Amino acid sequence: MSTVIPRQTKELDRVVVRFAGDSGDGMQLTGSQFTTVSSLFGNDTATLPDFPAEIRAPAGTLAGVSAFQVHISDHDILTPGDAPNVLVAMNPAALRANIGLMDAGGTVIVNVDAFDERSLEKAGYTANPLEDDSLTGYTVYEVPMTSLTMEVGKQVGVKPRDAERSKNFFALGLVSWLYSRPVEPTLEWIATRFAGKDAVGEVNTKAFKAGYHFGETAELFESNYQVRPAPAEAGTYTNVTGNTALAWGLIAAAQLAKLPLFLGSYPITPASDILHELSKQKHFGVRTLQAEDEIAGIGSAIGAAFGGALGVTTTSGPGLDLKSESLGLAVNLELPLVVVDIQRGGPSTGLPTKTEQSDLLHAMYGRHGESPVPIIAARTPADCFDAAIEAVRIAVTYRTPVILLSDGYLANGSEPWRVPDVADLPAIDVTFATEPNHTADDGSLEFWPYKRDPETGARPWAVPGTPGLEHRIGGLEKAHGSGNVSYDTGNHERMSHERADKIAGIAKGIPAVEVDDPDGVGGAEVLLLGWGSTYGAIAAGARRVRARGLAVAHVHLVHLNPFPANLGDVLRSYRTVLVPETNLGQLVRLVRAEFLVDAQGIAKMQGLPFHAAEIEAAVLQALGEDIAEPGITARGNAEGVTS
Amino acid sequence: MTDVAVPNTTRKDWASDQEVRWCPGCGDYSILAAMQMLLPELGVRRENTVFVSGIGCAARFPYYMSTYGMHSIHGRAPAIATGLAVTRPDLDVWVVSGDGDALSIGGNHLIHAMRRNVNLTILLFNNQIYGLTKGQYSPTSEQGKVTKSTPFGSLEAPFNPVSVALGAEASFVARTHDMDRKHMQEMFRRAHAHRGAALVEIYQNCNVFNDGAFSQISGRDQRAEMLIPLEHGQPIRFGADGGRGVAMSTDGHLQLVDVAEAGEAALLVHDETREDPGLAFALSRLARGPFEPTPIGVFRDVVRPEYGAGMAQQILDAQERKGPGDLATLLASGGTWTVS
Ligand code: SF4
Repeated sequence: MSTVIPRQTKELDRVVVRFAGDSGDGMQLTGSQFTTVSSLFGNDTATLPDFPAEIRAPAGTLAGVSAFQVHISDHDILTPGDAPNVLVAMNPAALRANIGLMDAGGTVIVNVDAFDERSLEKAGYTANPLEDDSLTGYTVYEVPMTSLTMEVGKQVGVKPRDAERSKNFFALGLVSWLYSRPVEPTLEWIATRFAGKDAVGEVNTKAFKAGYHFGETAELFESNYQVRPAPAEAGTYTNVTGNTALAWGLIAAAQLAKLPLFLGSYPITPASDILHELSKQKHFGVRTLQAEDEIAGIGSAIGAAFGGALGVTTTSGPGLDLKSESLGLAVNLELPLVVVDIQRGGPSTGLPTKTEQSDLLHAMYGRHGESPVPIIAARTPADCFDAAIEAVRIAVTYRTPVILLSDGYLANGSEPWRVPDVADLPAIDVTFATEPNHTADDGSLEFWPYKRDPETGARPWAVPGTPGLEHRIGGLEKAHGSGNVSYDTGNHERMSHERADKIAGIAKGIPAVEVDDPDGVGGAEVLLLGWGSTYGAIAAGARRVRARGLAVAHVHLVHLNPFPANLGDVLRSYRTVLVPETNLGQLVRLVRAEFLVDAQGIAKMQGLPFHAAEIEAAVLQALGEDIAEPGITARGNAEGVTS
Repeated sequence: MTDVAVPNTTRKDWASDQEVRWCPGCGDYSILAAMQMLLPELGVRRENTVFVSGIGCAARFPYYMSTYGMHSIHGRAPAIATGLAVTRPDLDVWVVSGDGDALSIGGNHLIHAMRRNVNLTILLFNNQIYGLTKGQYSPTSEQGKVTKSTPFGSLEAPFNPVSVALGAEASFVARTHDMDRKHMQEMFRRAHAHRGAALVEIYQNCNVFNDGAFSQISGRDQRAEMLIPLEHGQPIRFGADGGRGVAMSTDGHLQLVDVAEAGEAALLVHDETREDPGLAFALSRLARGPFEPTPIGVFRDVVRPEYGAGMAQQILDAQERKGPGDLATLLASGGTWTVS
């Protein structure tokens, strides 16, 4: 090995790294470990896993490319970054599929061993991009990752085929050096993860070190970089994905409500990880049923709720379609139930692994009859925890099914989360009925299952096993109060109003929307109204606008049905209301219809989250400002200007 | 609750105050009566008894019982009841269903409840017709059946509910009919005592849309010759004087024989507890429909782990291993770092 030349370490405030390779190349693992190390180091992080729907698409093809993007920073960040600064491409297909995301001037690190004729052809290249001028403008590093990793394998004495699989660890080592990541956490992680598989663990360790040393010693790189820890509120932090946070939120909510948790669920991408996580946590008394279909998933949850459990079902779009009829039943039964929809690209099977916010109108209206259901949406991966608790609170307080919307971006994306103190979590009060609640004409005491709480409109929850409160519920219209089957027309009208009023009344118990407007409500001309996973991009876009000295306001909704009570007033305080959504305009329809405001939608339908720059551009356009301004590119680095 | 004796009840205590609205003469009345008269004998409590149903004439059943009940949506009762039974093992959960509800729209839920062996007692009222929607053929209607939706005759081969249940790994399967209260009660009693999924098919007359579907076998004058009572440990025989029986032919088929000719020793001895469901299945196929001598009684009653109990055990085992769940520990389980 050559002598180590001491080189300078440059300071960066943020960097976006994208690891891309074949589905079998372990890019998700590599990216998430890089994220973990950065979080442990104290950076703020935000991730965007981006993988194909096919489990094993043909190797080396564009369809088989799997990528993991991570944004690390020395300040609070809100998105996984618009354009990667560094692309690690393990093969030609990975390069071809991702180079378009990069801005000129970006760094590309390629596994040059994979750029043989056959692989180039499979990726659809007619000429080798490393040899023509197609990458001019990028800083390209050609690293023989495969052959160096095989060399390591030879030393350990494993078969070349097996050794070759460790090349992602070489890449991880190299990038870890490039950004001055501490090596110990990764070495420890490899030791634990591959414990008992000595040879594999050893090759991975050596490949990782080889990659790290390659950066140090090879004279390819003129410097490496340092991204300092982000100043953060004091506390204990962990990295969570949205699905994990959501599962933990359900467990927490069950504890807060002192109810046993039951999940009925049918596997579906990208929701299955919630089923997996909850299935692991049996010692919390969690019961999980992998149902025979989506309908049984919700059906069993309804049955569990009837028996006094916290009934939950989890799914994604196509599953929500199948659950519609049962949701209607739950509306009529007025039992607590949480339906979690991790939205993905639709319609039909659509884009199973890509994100979209296109189920809002389905959640709102996707049932026959007048069938109101409260809707909650999480806005960041960690926020899925709080959103789950809020969904449970509403479900048990108002005895109603609640739809909790997340999406593929939140589900798989992760961020550092300041772990809450369990003692600070909100209380959820649940009281079961134990006594008759009505006096009949003859003076005898009876139980009326549909006699409502005057405050909340909720009906009593009387669970089987309670003597004297035996009653029958069902999908047929109920007589108000007594709950007996009733075909009376006046009663149907009354009950329809009672159900609608109960859901509308939830607004009384939810906080007013917070308006992020430095000049006070109505101060800016333009208001950005968002919901769900667009939070990071909209907030980052607003920062960019403000960094230009311009004003913009941001409101982000957690409660989509009912809306917070002050929303109409807030919307009417702005000349222009822009509603960015990764759908063709769903929230915008709801607010236009509800509040008669001339809100305008900003639609994106690419299976990807918004970029902060796209939000910025939309606001500038609304303000009549020129988008191009020196120093700020459309997908550039402006997010860092404020912290 | 266990220390207080179960109160004595009568039929009246199990009837709700709701007016029963089946068509006059419907077989459902006698099933309801059989149930309301049986429950006081079972030593169970009203508050611990739940009837869950789907949609159809039969599905109105829970409204007429003074127990807890849910009249749910078409076909889904087994799924709903599964969620209830596994979270509340202290309850007696009954599912009331019909041939359309259980075998058409809800077929998937039915077979999986039986496969899992959830502690449910499932009553399948089979009238071989859609009653509530006014007379279309059902998945148990015979081929060629002329109904409103099959004016030129149904092209479909019917399901045999007992065969379906056996094929779906049910641990208890029985058949009875609405003309014999004592037999119904005996089957309900046995099914209720069984731990796991128990299915009882009840031949039920729909006197409005499919009158007499079972009259060739269940009429008072036909029964002796047309119903083959299955009794555990006994040779299978029927006929006015027990003159006929079921024997296995040399090629492995079950056949009806004259006992005098075949000899008593040739008769098949019924064994409900046989692990291999093959013979029970063969018995379920003995009659091609309710116009040939048809076995009734318990086809199968075997011990298999009950699903809800298994679920509860996994929780206990996990708590034994890890202690009861601690939320703060869970939230920190992904590795943490501290910012001060
Ligand atoms: S339609 Fe048939 S099954 Fe339904 S209630 Fe009338 S007689 Fe009974």
